[in-house]
Amino acid sequence: MFRRKITETVIEAGIKLSGFICIGFVVLVFLFLLKDALPLFRVYPAGKFLWGLKWLPVSEPPQFGMMPLLLGSVYVTVGAIFLCVPLGVGAAMFIAEVAPKSLKHVLKALVEILASIPSVVLGFIGIVWLGPFLKNMFGLATGMCGLTGSLLLAFMALPTIISISEDALVSVPRSCKEAAYGLGATRWQTLWRIILPSAASGILAAIMLGIGRVIGETMVVMMVTGNAPVIPTSILRPLRTLTATIAGEMGETVSGSEHYFALFAVGLVLLIITFLINLFADVMLRKARR
Amino acid sequence: MKARAALLLFMLGAAGCGYDADPNQPTGFIQIKGSDTLVNAEQMLAEEFMKSYPQVFVAITGGGSGVGIASLINRSCDVAAASREMKPKEIAWARQRGVFPKEITVAFDGVAVIVHRNNPIEKLTLAELHDIFTGKVARWNALGGKDLPIVTLSREVSSGTYAYFKEQIIHLGRKDGAEEFSSRTLLLTSSQTIVEEVASNESAIGYLGMGYLSERVKTVRIGQEDQFWPADLANVLSKKYPLSRPLYFYTNGEPAGVTRLFLDFTLSPQGRQLLTEAGFVPLQNHVPTKNN
Repeated sequence: MFRRKITETVIEAGIKLSGFICIGFVVLVFLFLLKDALPLFRVYPAGKFLWGLKWLPVSEPPQFGMMPLLLGSVYVTVGAIFLCVPLGVGAAMFIAEVAPKSLKHVLKALVEILASIPSVVLGFIGIVWLGPFLKNMFGLATGMCGLTGSLLLAFMALPTIISISEDALVSVPRSCKEAAYGLGATRWQTLWRIILPSAASGILAAIMLGIGRVIGETMVVMMVTGNAPVIPTSILRPLRTLTATIAGEMGETVSGSEHYFALFAVGLVLLIITFLINLFADVMLRKARR
Repeated sequence: MKARAALLLFMLGAAGCGYDADPNQPTGFIQIKGSDTLVNAEQMLAEEFMKSYPQVFVAITGGGSGVGIASLINRSCDVAAASREMKPKEIAWARQRGVFPKEITVAFDGVAVIVHRNNPIEKLTLAELHDIFTGKVARWNALGGKDLPIVTLSREVSSGTYAYFKEQIIHLGRKDGAEEFSSRTLLLTSSQTIVEEVASNESAIGYLGMGYLSERVKTVRIGQEDQFWPADLANVLSKKYPLSRPLYFYTNGEPAGVTRLFLDFTLSPQGRQLLTEAGFVPLQNHVPTKNN
């Protein structure tokens, strides 16, 4: 009896500790980013960093205007969301409500495989096949453009959106469905008017998590979007994202230089964006559970 | 692939004979980082070097000259390979951290300009290149080519070739130049990606070190007024080719120990032969630095 109590206390303490360590890491990452990002604003005005239209890190004098990078990320992300939300939610609806049971299992397994394709492989497909294909289809000057990135990112966000939306759809209470059928609603009416609205906040959370996945992705966008630090005017033009900038330039910065601080500041902005998106998704999920 | 296999075999070999290491043989580890222009040549040098000194391991990483120089300053490599000189700002940073860069010229290289094979353009002047890469000329027909937009390709800002090209073409050699690459310029992550894009895109124009030239793209002759030269070893050697530049190794202070051995090997007749095979112009009549 006594021994069991000790074991229990130890296990409980262990679990508590691992929880706190995880939170501690997040806080430390944030503090670390702050420590290396804030010195930038001692030598470079924050307003010029946030609203500046030119990113010229190695010129004399350097310019660290983040706007082209931020807009690049926004363009690619919005493009990806437009592509993957209808497809993802549709697929989730099919898997949750329409597909026969045997097909359901196969599809769920396939979606999981989709999630495990390494991003560098997708980037390679983008360079060799998708980019030239889009170039010919739209008559573009180059296939290295925002749309190529958006398409590949949509592909990467699909598994997240499908599996979480499907969970949300499945967890709509049976009674709602049965009541709808009982009132003479067809299968489509039930799915579209009853199940989908009831699962709306869960699906919204799935979409937000998908956005979080897309905006933080680095390898694919660095390989296929052309990385031109220009204010993007169209998704069919080359653009440069926040993540590709950090990955492309971090290796050559001397720690403690202006450029180094600027890249950390970009990282901080990225973290704040993903944090807000995840927070929003979390609030939505909570609402869904209630 | 072959290189990989050789490396793996070497590592297995080194692990296998760890016990009977010959104490009279030099032993050590050399980390080389930097220029992507030089990375293939370094790999060839390292493989031959490790055949002569089986207890020395040479590790090579690319990433661009800026990456190598930053690593030297941050003390995370023994040799920084660079296709540009260190900037005064970088030397000052290094001194602050107690690193004293020593510059060694290893070879000469030409920066070649490439276009798609179907592009009728054969030759360009430096002024035309300037107009193309700053965006003042936006269509090929303005230069007598096809009715297509010009897509300019560049390396990322960490590249030494980027820095050299910016100085020679964007600033036309003036130190106080303030012009920039056209903001529509694509910044690609490697010379090989530039070859791939130029090979598949009729509108594209890019630049890279001569070591990366391939049959799949057309190399443009470069010149001034009415004299033009192709990018080849002879023209770089005679310094007629306008975009010729030295390639450097940087070490922290005078190279010593196994690093010195490697540098001597690089500058030896055998090393120069390997550099020529990699597409570069080695130094002429070089006397190897003496071992004390």
